[in-house]
Amino acid sequence: MADEALFQFLHSEIIQYVNSAEPGESENGRCVSKLENMGFRVGQGLIERFTKDTPRFKDELDVMKFICKDFWTSVFKKQIDNLRTNHQGIYVLQDNKFHLLTQLSAGKQYLEHAPKFLAFTCGLVRGALSNLGVKSIVTAEVSVMPACKFQVMIQKM
Amino acid sequence: MAVCIAVIAKENYPLYIRSVPTQGELKFHYTVHTSLDVVEEKISGVGKALADQRELYLGLLYPTEDYKVYGYMTNSKVKFVIVVDSSNTSLRDNEIRSMFRKLHNSFTDVMCNPFYNPGDPIQSKAFDSIVSTMMVQAF
Repeated sequence: MADEALFQFLHSEIIQYVNSAEPGESENGRCVSKLENMGFRVGQGLIERFTKDTPRFKDELDVMKFICKDFWTSVFKKQIDNLRTNHQGIYVLQDNKFHLLTQLSAGKQYLEHAPKFLAFTCGLVRGALSNLGVKSIVTAEVSVMPACKFQVMIQKM
Repeated sequence: MAVCIAVIAKENYPLYIRSVPTQGELKFHYTVHTSLDVVEEKISGVGKALADQRELYLGLLYPTEDYKVYGYMTNSKVKFVIVVDSSNTSLRDNEIRSMFRKLHNSFTDVMCNPFYNPGDPIQSKAFDSIVSTMMVQAF
């Protein structure tokens, strides 16, 4: 479908733009956090729209399942492949064919650039959770492209 | 037709409150504030049927001699409160539900506005006009 390509291109351009605005390798952290904050705000708005008609969520696990199924499907047209938890506030979401990484080659060449591509999505998940009342920290890691894991750490207040 | 409409943020401060200006606004502020307690009670209701907790519409919160107060809480813990005149008995439950639905749609649009910071007071003209259509026309 054409609309997937639109977002992929826009996303790559955003990364390129934020990257070029920060000269020097040491600024990589700033780059990632800018992208993450963008994703945060977008996540908040998106979740408001998606949960407009859904019934209230029972508990945290319900919220995570919603993120893995409905939210991921609406944004990336597929579901999360694997959700693991230790029932103490840590969830690991595994996506075996992450949408925004499919266009990068599947070898080791671009592994170091992968975190930039995941930052926006980390922010997206963090924004979505925060609007649903769950404070969290979301990080992502890639071992083999295009599979990636998002780790969500719930902050108890 | 509503006499007062309020939107309250997740941290329980008002994002938007508008009432018919002929009567004291402070009284409405007070009514909306006390209705928050009833909302909390409904949300954390123990032993209620599971169906109750799954709905977003909370129904009649409490009737006073002059007014009836209705509540609605979104999944993002934002509360909408509508105060209607008790003498206006022709308003049915369905109409209140549809008013909340319109409010929720309008609020979602405000939320998706990139120039709006979540947590700021709502200043959108579109939202204002939706609320005006639902309020009693001031004579």
